Amino acid sequence: MSDNDRKQFEPRIIAFFCNWCTYTAADLAGTARMAYSPNVRVIRIMCSGRLDPQFILKAFREGADGVLIGGCHPGDCHYQEGNYKALRRFTLLKRFLNMMGIEKERIRLEWIAASEGDKVQKVINEMTEQVRKLGPLKLEPASQLQPQNDRVSRVEPVTIAEGEAS
Amino acid sequence: MSTVNIPSPNGQPKIGVYVCHCGINIAGRVDVKETVAFAKTLPNVTVATEYKFMCSDPGQEMIQKDLRDGKIDRVVVASCSPLMHEPTFRRAMIAADANPFLFQMANIREHVSWVTLDKNAATEKAKALIAAAVKRIVLHRPLEKTRVPVTSDVLVVGGGIAGIHAALTLAEAGRKVYLVEKEPTIGGHMAKFDKTFPTLDCSACILTPKMSAVRAHPNIILWTYSEVAEVEGFVGNFKVKVKRKPRYIKEDLCVGCYECVEACVFKKGITKDEFNVGLSKRRPIYIPFPQATPLVAVIDPETCVQIKRNKCKKPCVDACERDAIDFDQKVEIKEIDVGAIILATGFKTFDASRISRYGYGKYPNIYTSLEVERMVNAAGPTGGEVHLQNGEKPKTVGIVHCVGSRDSKTNAYCSRVCCMYSLKLAHLIKERTEAEVYNFYIDMRTPGKGYEEFYEKLLKENVHFIRGRVAEISDWATIPEEEGKLVIRAEDTLIGAVRRIPVDMVVLSVGMEPHENVDEVRRLFNVSCSHEGWFLERHPKLAPVSTFTDGVFLAGACQGPKDIPDSVAQAGAAAAEALALIDRGYVELEPNTAYLQEEFCSGCKTCLGLCPYGAISFNDEKNISSVNGALCKGCGTCVAACPSGALQQNLFTDEQILHEIEGVISYV
Ligand code: FES
Repeated sequence: MSDNDRKQFEPRIIAFFCNWCTYTAADLAGTARMAYSPNVRVIRIMCSGRLDPQFILKAFREGADGVLIGGCHPGDCHYQEGNYKALRRFTLLKRFLNMMGIEKERIRLEWIAASEGDKVQKVINEMTEQVRKLGPLKLEPASQLQPQNDRVSRVEPVTIAEGEAS
Repeated sequence: MSTVNIPSPNGQPKIGVYVCHCGINIAGRVDVKETVAFAKTLPNVTVATEYKFMCSDPGQEMIQKDLRDGKIDRVVVASCSPLMHEPTFRRAMIAADANPFLFQMANIREHVSWVTLDKNAATEKAKALIAAAVKRIVLHRPLEKTRVPVTSDVLVVGGGIAGIHAALTLAEAGRKVYLVEKEPTIGGHMAKFDKTFPTLDCSACILTPKMSAVRAHPNIILWTYSEVAEVEGFVGNFKVKVKRKPRYIKEDLCVGCYECVEACVFKKGITKDEFNVGLSKRRPIYIPFPQATPLVAVIDPETCVQIKRNKCKKPCVDACERDAIDFDQKVEIKEIDVGAIILATGFKTFDASRISRYGYGKYPNIYTSLEVERMVNAAGPTGGEVHLQNGEKPKTVGIVHCVGSRDSKTNAYCSRVCCMYSLKLAHLIKERTEAEVYNFYIDMRTPGKGYEEFYEKLLKENVHFIRGRVAEISDWATIPEEEGKLVIRAEDTLIGAVRRIPVDMVVLSVGMEPHENVDEVRRLFNVSCSHEGWFLERHPKLAPVSTFTDGVFLAGACQGPKDIPDSVAQAGAAAAEALALIDRGYVELEPNTAYLQEEFCSGCKTCLGLCPYGAISFNDEKNISSVNGALCKGCGTCVAACPSGALQQNLFTDEQILHEIEGVISYV
């Protein structure tokens, strides 16, 4: 991929934000008209603890180049400790994805409080740039995978985009 | 596995997509026409249209008509955040006899038009979010909200003017109110003030009657010297534990006669008097001030010889004719059930010693504004006299505005009250001492009824005003006139020169700050804070006294710097919100609870330890888990962990979210 192509590349990033802190913060960023890159699309879940690893795998399989997860700061989860559960799953999943050739920079977990609209802006911009640098995620199209049940249990094979192996 | 798609009665789902212009809030950035045309191409969409303001009556009627005409059976509204208008549209659906959960919002305002500069990118993003909503709503099922009765009692936390007003309003409406205050008396900051701006009303004269009304009201249970220790439950049904610290005095017996205080082995005060902000000393046994409510003595365990070392003649016990002193008192935990909670925990003043160049704590005649409030108060430590440490009246006084406010090094925000109280103090100091008074201000901020007029009045009273932030206060004299004085150095931005003003006394107008333990408090009540530490309201305009936790309301300065009129107004609003909640008699709970598809449960028990609310138990007979919907709060943590997909969450099933992912990405 030439440098020029890479400049053109608009990554597709899916974000999962918890209702009480990060989604609210994203609303606040809106109210405060804090412009940020349009590449991130937010899916609302009630708590980051709802984040099933299969959502992330599904996002990558559907063609996302990056996944962003936002939850309340430690100790602030609306449901006491959903974010701790999310963190544990995230750590495991990140290792797992890395083993499959999905760079760890494609997935990010951030604690963003309801008042931190500026952090939403910053994280989204950073994430977009970071994923843009990595280039598109190349997975085999789903149709070439073995037929699966609707639960995503395997995502393979993975080919690593040129220049990303280093 | 997974959720079944409940088809519409006559087969295919029929989705209506309504794209809102929101004036130009959305239409100015998103090409609405193109978005609607796109929505029409999506599977199962039978109606796609647009309107200026979908949330308005005509907008809602469009949806209702299409529902009634049978054109649609599911609704997607692409407009603002669901946190803003989801309830509005759900109500509109109920009014059209449709199930309100066959509804989904695409947030194309807060998440698109307001944050995206490029029109094309905004339009594309809006389309993606609509595609996601359309894709997901196919899997929505009709759901019912559960109704839970509410407890009609209310807890008010904090007994300053805001808490007092909220408690009295609710009590007057016939509700039972628990008013919890951590200090031994209610009254808060207002009780310490001498006069209030701009009317120069005597603060005590307007506050103390309200304090005694609290004490006397049959519907108010007042617990001073107490703190909330634990809060459980949810809107309408909070279970609260209140810790009552021992005051070592039987509250029902004490009449506040001061005999015990006089009898104490310490004939003089030995420790900083909190009420006089350290300008005087108090004894180990004391009454905070003569109008304290309740007018009951309290023994400070830190300084009382009997409590500390068990070695005192205990003259206080002998002096008390009513046998009210009880050294065996222990912490008492009270458990109460309340339907609503009002937080009115107030503020603290900025610690002036944090700005070392202003010399507070270093030079004797530099005071904070709160100290001067006590000084000018006739009931204060100096009997209303303003004097220097050596007992003389000051001839020149400098009042420094914005100490700990409007300063990126301390607090960036304006504390809102300092300009006005500085003017008030200037007036009072001049009245008491006839001193020359210099006000050093950055900008004069006097928005409020009668406030600008008060400033005008001060201008005529020959108070000096110097526009500029004070750089330094020191005793470093450069000319004979400055000898023995405090020199205030500031740039006068109106004349464009640095000035040195020698004064006898300096008043630092300290700003308002959140309490140090605000994080503890906010976690206790499950509310959020702004980054400064003020409690966060649900919406600054639409829900200014509500929080993101239903049933918890805010009043007064705990939500942000506020003067007395605003605190009282907000307290009234919080009381009204609490009343509205309680008088309805029930709350409806969002049906986003977890449920178990028994046939898929393998009995692995993974979910059991995950629920913080104990909503999941294990059915040994069937060897599967079981969810108690009444206890479930709908976080979905167990659902995410269930390895067999047997647990699902209403409104957020795996399938619905997976569809949303497909939708949001399929259109790029
Ligand atoms: S609610 Fe935000 S992480 Fe749990």
